[in-house]
Amino acid sequence: MISYILKRVIATLPVMLMVAIVVFAILRLTPGDPAAILAGDDASGEQLERIRQMMGLDQPILTQLYVWVRQLLTGDLGVSLLSNTPVIQMIGARVGPTLSLALSTIIFTVLVAVPMGVIAARRPGGWLDRTVMTFSVLGFSIPTFVVGYLLIYWLALKLGWFPVQGYAPLAKGVWPYAQRLILPTLALSGIYIALVARMTRSSVMDVMGEDFIRTARAKGATEWSVLLRHALRNAAVPIVTVIGIGIASLITGVVVTESVFNLPGLGRLVVEAVLARDYPVIQGLILLFSFTYILINLLVDVLYTAFDPRIRY
Amino acid sequence: MSNLHKAEAHGVSPVLEVRDLSVSLVGDNSIGVVRCVSFAVRPGETVCVVGESGSGKSVTSFAVMGLLSPNELACSGGEILLEGENVLQAGPERLRALRASTMAMIFQEPMSALNPVETVGKQIEEVLSIHKNQSKRERRERVLAMLEAVHLPDPKRIYNSYPHQLSGGQRQRVVICIALILEPKLLIADEPTTALDVTTQKQILLLIRELQEKHNTAVLFITHDFGVVADIADRVVVMNRGEVVEVGSREQILSAPRERYTRMLISSVPSLQPEPREPNDNEIVLAVSGLSKTYDQRRFWKKEHVVHAAADIDLTLRKGEILAVVGESGSGKSTVARCIVRLQDPSAREITICGENMATVRGQALHQMRKRVQMVFQDPFRSLNPRVSVGESIIEGLINFGTPHKTACQRARDLMHLVGLPADALERFPHQFSGGQRQRICIARALAPEPDVLIADEAVSALDVSVQAQVLALLDDIRMKTSVGVLFITHDLRVAAQICDTIMVMRQGRMVEFGPAAEILTAPRQAYTQALLDAAPGRHWDFQKFGPIQ
Repeated sequence: MISYILKRVIATLPVMLMVAIVVFAILRLTPGDPAAILAGDDASGEQLERIRQMMGLDQPILTQLYVWVRQLLTGDLGVSLLSNTPVIQMIGARVGPTLSLALSTIIFTVLVAVPMGVIAARRPGGWLDRTVMTFSVLGFSIPTFVVGYLLIYWLALKLGWFPVQGYAPLAKGVWPYAQRLILPTLALSGIYIALVARMTRSSVMDVMGEDFIRTARAKGATEWSVLLRHALRNAAVPIVTVIGIGIASLITGVVVTESVFNLPGLGRLVVEAVLARDYPVIQGLILLFSFTYILINLLVDVLYTAFDPRIRY
Repeated sequence: MSNLHKAEAHGVSPVLEVRDLSVSLVGDNSIGVVRCVSFAVRPGETVCVVGESGSGKSVTSFAVMGLLSPNELACSGGEILLEGENVLQAGPERLRALRASTMAMIFQEPMSALNPVETVGKQIEEVLSIHKNQSKRERRERVLAMLEAVHLPDPKRIYNSYPHQLSGGQRQRVVICIALILEPKLLIADEPTTALDVTTQKQILLLIRELQEKHNTAVLFITHDFGVVADIADRVVVMNRGEVVEVGSREQILSAPRERYTRMLISSVPSLQPEPREPNDNEIVLAVSGLSKTYDQRRFWKKEHVVHAAADIDLTLRKGEILAVVGESGSGKSTVARCIVRLQDPSAREITICGENMATVRGQALHQMRKRVQMVFQDPFRSLNPRVSVGESIIEGLINFGTPHKTACQRARDLMHLVGLPADALERFPHQFSGGQRQRICIARALAPEPDVLIADEAVSALDVSVQAQVLALLDDIRMKTSVGVLFITHDLRVAAQICDTIMVMRQGRMVEFGPAAEILTAPRQAYTQALLDAAPGRHWDFQKFGPIQ
């Protein structure tokens, strides 16, 4: 098991290097002089030269790559063109809300969607199943920002249970922190709950047709024990896969949700950096998101082996 | 047996009594899957329910356990009395309490009957935690004792193993543990040895018998195999199309069946005694020498692990000869066949077909060689393209080799006649035919390009005995009419005895013995061949003559 995890971790290193090189290349392959793009239309030749030197663009390309990778290894993502603060500091300042939102969404999704799927699979075609499936269709089809605004209108403006927007770090107390996370979490989870509940339902139903389910019933096991002990664990691999894919695509969802609820997170930082053409920040964020993808994939692969002893790579 | 006689003498009431049981499709009572079935099983007695596919034998056994799938089948009449209690009236709770404690079941395919992601120890233990109030330690000790009782080596290791880490026979022993750990009064065994090799089958049958005698268990044994019936049954229930045809003692059913259907069924079982055959000195159509096939698993870090699927196989096949390649699963018999047709590339080899080397040809030359060797596969339901008409399936090969469409169609009609199907079958699609008819179509397709060699890979294994007998007769007939050489891959010695001139016995990729069928089957030189023969169920009974073998 340990050696397997170690192998997987080592196998991700080349992937990470590839990502770094691609991110490096994006800026260099942009048509024209990146320094000119950065400096804007009315920059003097002297300013351009200064920017080139600052970015190391006057060096040979391989030297530039070497410097870039070496900087990465020391955690140096460069300096923002706009605010002149190191990118790593900017990310550090904004990572809190995003991480909180992502984690709460994942936890809420799993806690709600997996039981929903199992309940639906217990009697396919029954009223519980149809309710779950209806909710699932709604979750898929209503865009996150619509759900977000509806929740704000109803729960924040009408009932006044939650603040309309904003973020409070955990340091300011658990309740203010949670109070401001609940609505964004609800809004963002909808689609993931729909996805995971559907997947749970169909893979549990598949497993319920297997022979060992009949064996469990022949042992005298109750229907719940059959569902939870025998069916759910066998259904886990596709469910974990979908949750993994969901987390990866959460990043897009975060951008929208953070804008709707005005959370000062990474999603908003992406929008700000793109609008301001702050290339070092964009680079840093792409790198961060890519590495997160890779780590999630690694985690999913490791979870497979925990759920299914037959999987050994 | 002695237990049984005691039971009968004392007039012991039956453990299971099925009275006028009917099972029909949910929502449509008019279609009876099982109709008015009645029989009884007494303590210590083994009752075999025997029948072909679709006879309703498995449905009956599932009805007893209350395991019919609720959306498809439901009991529509009669009663099932388990120690006098009608289980059809029992609520879900009561039914769960009866399962495993009073009635238990073992299944056909032990791999799929076990939960793949849980250790076998825990799966056996689950029975105890459902039905008994025992401490964890007591449960564990009981499970280990049970693993010991079914003669599994190193119970502690097995306890912590997952099903995929065990062999087929070991898995079935685990399933038996689950069924018998609470010492139920009734054991239902639904084709428990069908998926196992003969030698393993023999051991499992002995084990069931041993445990049955120990606890005086009533056994309801579902099977399609009259060999097994001859070995283990006290009484026999013959079923056909959802109805009981005949009930009787083993001796009565096997030696003097009253019903025509029973008589037909029993006489279809091929005899282990080979028929005398003329020596064949026709020209050699297929010569294989030194055929080997190895698989190596390359690992990133570890050194590679080499599996010899076939090693150093020599064989010759003459015109009009049927050569059986016999062996248990994993013996490499299918690998040999696949290498000869070049579905797989052999590793080291010489395969000569009518003087040309098949092992090394490539590209266009290989394409031309393809029509010299044709193949018939095991499962006729999956080996025909369901969306292509039978006629098109048959002529496809001919068209590929440049035969004009009209000639090809004429050939297809001739072939239909040869395999005993009407010519209008060519217009129809595979799903409109029964299994036996489909296998005839597959044979016609294989014969279309007039091959020198026909390879039949377990071609009759998926068929019921009566259909199997017909297809074997057809193959024999075709061999006579077309003098094609047939390489017949089978695990079943009876089938081999029925139609083969020569037999090659394989084990673990190697050839054990090769010679005329009569010699191999009556005076084998190798211990392994002898063991295979000894393990063949019902070897003392001549089914076609309705009496013991002289």
